[in-house]
Amino acid sequence: MIMVNGDEFEWREGLTVQDILDAKNFTFRMISVWINGEAVQNRADYASSLVPDGGEVEIIHMISGG
Amino acid sequence: MKLLAKWDYVPSASRLGYTRETLYVGLGNRDGNYRFEKRQVTDDMIDKFIGGRGFGLKLLWDAVTPETRWDDPENEIVISGGPICGITQYPGAGKCYSVFLSPLTEQTYNSNAGGYFAPLLKFSGFDAMELQGRSDREVIVYIDGDNGCVSILESNLEDRNAYAVTEFLHEYFAIDEKDKKNISVVSSGQAAAHSFWGCMNFSFYDPRRKVARLKQAGRGGGGTVLHDKGVLALVVKMSRVTGSSTGPADAETLTRVGGKVHKEIRDFDDVQCKMRSIGTAHLNEIMNDYDLLPVHNYKFGRNDGIARIHSEEYRKRFTQGLPDGCWYGCTLSCAKATPPFQLTTGPWKGRSVIVDGPEYETAAGLGSNVGIFDPEWTIEANFYADHYGLDTISLGTGLAFVCECYELGLINREDTGGLDLSFGSKDGIMELIHRIARGADEFSRIAALGTRKMKKLFAEKYGADSKIMEDIAMEGQGLEASEYRCQESIAQWGGYFLTLKGPQHDEAWLIFMDMVNKQLPTYEDKAEALFYFPNFRLWFSLVGLCKLPWNDIEPEDNHTKYKGIEAAKVPEHVQNYVDIYNAVTGKSVVKEDLITMSERVYNFERIFNLRMGKGKRADHNCPSRGLGPVFEDEWMVRPDYFDGKLSEAGIDPEGLSVREKIGHLQAHRRSQWEQLVDKVYARRGWNRNGIPTLDTIRRLGIDYPDVVELLERNLEPEEAFL
Repeated sequence: MIMVNGDEFEWREGLTVQDILDAKNFTFRMISVWINGEAVQNRADYASSLVPDGGEVEIIHMISGG
Repeated sequence: MKLLAKWDYVPSASRLGYTRETLYVGLGNRDGNYRFEKRQVTDDMIDKFIGGRGFGLKLLWDAVTPETRWDDPENEIVISGGPICGITQYPGAGKCYSVFLSPLTEQTYNSNAGGYFAPLLKFSGFDAMELQGRSDREVIVYIDGDNGCVSILESNLEDRNAYAVTEFLHEYFAIDEKDKKNISVVSSGQAAAHSFWGCMNFSFYDPRRKVARLKQAGRGGGGTVLHDKGVLALVVKMSRVTGSSTGPADAETLTRVGGKVHKEIRDFDDVQCKMRSIGTAHLNEIMNDYDLLPVHNYKFGRNDGIARIHSEEYRKRFTQGLPDGCWYGCTLSCAKATPPFQLTTGPWKGRSVIVDGPEYETAAGLGSNVGIFDPEWTIEANFYADHYGLDTISLGTGLAFVCECYELGLINREDTGGLDLSFGSKDGIMELIHRIARGADEFSRIAALGTRKMKKLFAEKYGADSKIMEDIAMEGQGLEASEYRCQESIAQWGGYFLTLKGPQHDEAWLIFMDMVNKQLPTYEDKAEALFYFPNFRLWFSLVGLCKLPWNDIEPEDNHTKYKGIEAAKVPEHVQNYVDIYNAVTGKSVVKEDLITMSERVYNFERIFNLRMGKGKRADHNCPSRGLGPVFEDEWMVRPDYFDGKLSEAGIDPEGLSVREKIGHLQAHRRSQWEQLVDKVYARRGWNRNGIPTLDTIRRLGIDYPDVVELLERNLEPEEAFL
């Protein structure tokens, strides 16, 4: 199990940031992702960034529009 | 056109962002008694009110009394850009604010637009212009900055609609084709004669397409006020515009700081918000994915029809390869135009026109919210709304309310003059737009007065159920909500309904921060966000800047360099604003000062509304539809989700009917709303009744004698926070 923005999320072997984004339908482009307090530096790396079991993931959507 | 009055003046050059003079145009009281004045801008006005909306509020305060109503001659339209307005080195620097007493909200309103008007007004010698009185015939006010002359001309135009008026006046006042870009026109349209949704269209000339383009100060009924004054159009002309026309203290810094942002836009816009290629319509599918797209009068947050209004569908319909900045130097270029588009309805049926937009708000309001998922229909509705002078947001939300009333049987086909106004009824809804513009019949004249008046008149005339209408009408303070569904974000209830002028998203858009990111877990956190963001965003309206280059483009590493809410503030762009403000004005402010500047005006505006008989807690109404589901079908779209929300509230959903569940959730959320109100008021330095305290206004330095006297009459000891 991991936490994503404070909510429980089922963990599995090989789970990536992109898998979480897809599962939660987080399609907004202006986001930042932090795993256990460390930023995933490059948005292009989401598909290859593995999330460890028990990890705490923050997916921060920036404000935009309006 | 016949000249009715003329006044010569010596234009003052802008120095450090100010000409330090404003223009007063008095139209008389239907007596032809035209009057012109140059008024001095004091140091106190600059220090406390900065410019733009701040100047507008100060000048309007001095012009009206507590008894003044929107259609009294003493009501004014004040238009002002602000000290940074008109620079060409930084994107989005052509904005101006129009301030007036609103027919919709019956208090102050401020509405912004791009276009060339405010910069050209400043370079013609005026930091602001006041328009007061009522002319005895339909007139055009022409400010000729090149020759230092203001004229009032009798209009002889038969077609009062915006594109016709604007095109004609660019042609009329220009020496040649090249000269047309030195002109900007403010107009409304024929709907302003009947509707409280009258918008003000601000023009800029597009030399590549060879047409005048329009940007709207849409909200609040400014166009209605303009029409009430007997003014068909305001025109300004100024041909001498350079990068240093504002008289900046440090042009080098402007160029350096602007260059950084231009590079960010060039390098990252295509992977961030795509403002150059799609504009704000990129939000259509995003809002759908997050259940935020208003569908059927905000009942639902998504719809399978989204593919038909996907931003890609709009991108295909916009002219590509022609970046559209609405002022010199705006590389973000969010304005969009279609290739020649053939109209299929209305007075210009069969004509090919260039249509500006739609932007997201219009695509949603005159789209999903009325159950129509057809870009061609929306583009046509957008064209006619602008042309007739109707605010597309209030129009969209108001029509969505009409459609739901129709589907609920609160009004019927006989009431609507034979129109089928079900959601998705393209022909019926388009025809209603045309009828509103003409004031064609009783129903369209009622609809044209806005949602708050519709509630009253639908009940009186057609026997519609008032309680249901109160629940479903998405209006606050008389203004229709803009196009985001806010039900699941407590912070955004405040972002919409704890605002100065009603549910418009220009104060705070906190839905992601609150609902998705979960960064605002406590009421104190939400109140802090509802203090910072409204004040930060208000600052743009003081200085003449567009909000979009703040956070619709970000430095490449903003999202990893800064964490949490700090990243949402885009700290490097905040520093850019400090730098360009200082570079223009020669002052030495720091970022904290931006908030104080705004807070001063924010509180002054709140107090102004108190002076007009509003501005108390009871005026911050929030409809049930804004808090959650009202009807069973809304609940049943996400039953598990809403059951979960009940459980979180300590209410066991087991065994309850959906109707009962809705009642419980609404009651719970209403209590949450009241808690939010208290926390926000306390953070803003107001009492429990939403009135700024004497300590607050003294801290901000706006303790003018008349302000103190007003507050002393309204502040009650038992309403203080202890």
